[in-house]
Amino acid sequence: MEKPYAIEMLNITKRFPGIIANDNITLQLRKGEIHALLGENGAGKSTLMSVLFGLYQPEEGVIKKDGQVVKINDPNDANRLGIGMVHQHFKLVECFSVLDNIILGVEPNKAGFLQKDEARKKVVSLSEKYGLQVDPDAIIEDISVGMQQRTEILKMLYRENEILIFDEPTAVLTPQEIEELMQIMKGLAKEGKSILFISHKLNEIMEVADRCSVLRKGKYIGTVDIANTTKEELSRMMVGRDVEFVVPKDPANPKDVVLDVQGMTVASKLHHNNAVKNVSFKVRRGEIVCIAGIDGNGQTELVYGISGLEPLKGGKIELLGHDITKAPIRKRLLQGMGHIPEDRHKHGLVLDYSLENNMVLQRYFEPEFTTKAGFLRKDNIRKYAEGLIEKFDVRSGQGPITPARAMSGGNQQKAIVAREIDRRPELLIAVQPTRGLDVGAIEFIHKQIVNHRDSGHAVLLVSLELEEVMSLSDRILVMYEGEIVGELDPKKTTVEELGLYMAGAKRTEVKA
Amino acid sequence: MITLLNYTLAFAAILMLVALGGCVSEHSGVINLGLEGIMVIGALGGALVMKLMPTVGGFGLFFLVLLAAVFFGMIYSTLLAFACINLKADQTIVGTALNMLGTALATVFVKSMNLKESAGNNTSSVIKYENKKAFFTNIGNFELNWFMIVALVMLIVVFVLLYKTKFGLRLRACGEHPQAAASVGISVFKMRWAGVLLSGLLGGLGGITYITTGVSEWKFEEGVFGFGFLSLAVMIFGAWDPIRIGGAAILFGFFRAIGRVYPGIAFLRNLNIPPAVYNMLPYIVCLIVLAFTSKKSRAPKAEGIPYDKGMR
Repeated sequence: MEKPYAIEMLNITKRFPGIIANDNITLQLRKGEIHALLGENGAGKSTLMSVLFGLYQPEEGVIKKDGQVVKINDPNDANRLGIGMVHQHFKLVECFSVLDNIILGVEPNKAGFLQKDEARKKVVSLSEKYGLQVDPDAIIEDISVGMQQRTEILKMLYRENEILIFDEPTAVLTPQEIEELMQIMKGLAKEGKSILFISHKLNEIMEVADRCSVLRKGKYIGTVDIANTTKEELSRMMVGRDVEFVVPKDPANPKDVVLDVQGMTVASKLHHNNAVKNVSFKVRRGEIVCIAGIDGNGQTELVYGISGLEPLKGGKIELLGHDITKAPIRKRLLQGMGHIPEDRHKHGLVLDYSLENNMVLQRYFEPEFTTKAGFLRKDNIRKYAEGLIEKFDVRSGQGPITPARAMSGGNQQKAIVAREIDRRPELLIAVQPTRGLDVGAIEFIHKQIVNHRDSGHAVLLVSLELEEVMSLSDRILVMYEGEIVGELDPKKTTVEELGLYMAGAKRTEVKA
Repeated sequence: MITLLNYTLAFAAILMLVALGGCVSEHSGVINLGLEGIMVIGALGGALVMKLMPTVGGFGLFFLVLLAAVFFGMIYSTLLAFACINLKADQTIVGTALNMLGTALATVFVKSMNLKESAGNNTSSVIKYENKKAFFTNIGNFELNWFMIVALVMLIVVFVLLYKTKFGLRLRACGEHPQAAASVGISVFKMRWAGVLLSGLLGGLGGITYITTGVSEWKFEEGVFGFGFLSLAVMIFGAWDPIRIGGAAILFGFFRAIGRVYPGIAFLRNLNIPPAVYNMLPYIVCLIVLAFTSKKSRAPKAEGIPYDKGMR
């Protein structure tokens, strides 16, 4: 027998000026099921969830809880109905303990004074019941992202929420943590909780979900049983066409050296050791060299060193034969370096600038964009930005004048990729260029990177995604604890072998 | 030596009260740079009570003055709360404006009041020494000001409030991560108002303490000689923690007291250092201490940023 619906969103329509974010969308979540909500960046998933939480009021449609029509005016109403959410960006107070974060807002108290002992007992028993390992007294900023996420889950369980929403929960996790999360979600569903799993990672949906509803460009496409579908089918529903999971590319044809790194050492900001230890390698024209490794093994600092965000402690960097070891960042950029940074908010965009101004961040001083007297040529900037938006399909509410902050993560990333690739840099450093993107956008960015290589430029790719490493690179350098511990040919190696190098279990001498 | 102790504790009480005010406000997420102004207005409230109710004496007067200072401080701080929370104005600018306005407002008000009473009196002072007798008692040579006790009590109250109550947990959440607080149903708006009003309360108390202990004859146009800012330094040095603020206040109070009483201490007098140096001491110490500690101590993360529901 089919289980009854726990929550139903029927024929929801939500319009914003100039755009229909949700167009007649229906989402029905059964009791005790894991229901995936799949859609590209900007397909309307976030808007739909904001409607469910009362942040927006829909123009049309109703929400039903256990068959009864309910009105949700603000997040407190949603909480009262037993709806809880793990946000993509955790809503945790970093300097509070795990326990304080869990009880915040529903504090057990006597005459206003906190009674933490009973809360602690409840949290411990919940974490044992659902296998959510946490230390209630640990401070949030000291614990791993996985444990922070478990804190978020405990927050919902502590409030006895029945409907649990996970908003792209795996985006921030390591592969091991993702595996644990999948087990936790299955356990929660078995205990009768209804789970809505928002994601665009098809593998995870196939593994954990019972059913999947798909949105595309604000429209409801359909709901399918996972048991009767395939990854290809789902991606077709999401993107509206067939998607190539592996970008076709010809064998690399490396020519002269573009980047030559000799004995580079970079200090770490987090601890006293060096994060990058005496690393040497070369990147040539016409090849994609990938730095692979588990997050936190010095990849970030390696890129900081090359791009000039962090001074070197030792060693030498040459770009096209010029020594750029001590060169300022602008000089590096002008000499042919392009950088798609790891943290798009910190180093990629000025979030409070418009999209068009972000697109000329490295070029505003060129004669095309600045008059001799030093005034900006606004019309040229607008024209240039419109060209890039068109060419790279950057979607935003108001086009070139949209504030970068108001754009979805995927489109922010596309804007950065557009800006960097359009400069035709001799060396493109791409750090996790597809982080947080859906399959359609990943395919697009991978194609751009391969094209860049094919037009005779060098690419240095840093990635944590094994699939991306294997499919995109021509040469793999594995980093472990700040050193390059192996050089692999993606055509001759396996994911398992790569994993051994990444975990530090295997190591071979590498000569630059 | 007793005088040194006396002044140290008196100054420490002022600094402690005002710094605690700043601390509560910043834990809610609003930087209160207007503490100088709040002190002046709080002092004005207290002074008016002293002037207008000369018949009330003893403990009754103390109590009324305290109430008036608290009330005036809180009323004045609503300007900051309204501008910074409701209108999302820049907190630094509003605070600075409040400082300038506070001294000017009190001076104009008191001067015109004095002029109305007697044509030739255009000074801006209100209270005389005899008025102040209600506020202290002598233990031997030590002049115990009741506000020293008040400061100590407030220190404990603020500590308990911030770390042991539901209110404190919610208040601090609003200063650290208002979006997280809002997501669990806490009204950031109300908590920040509460934080600013409490800082007005404590700032007002600090102001009345200043005029009843710190100076023998006080004119409103002199303001509070940077004590509001010194208190902010105490708060930063105390790392936004009430207990450490208590310690920091005593340290700063000590240096300030040296500037006051050094002529009475033979050793310091014999050093032949110009008096200006002693008067500068607390500010110099403040500069040096902050240069070394302000980087390490951790301010509430979201302070100074108007709360915006839509921001991630």
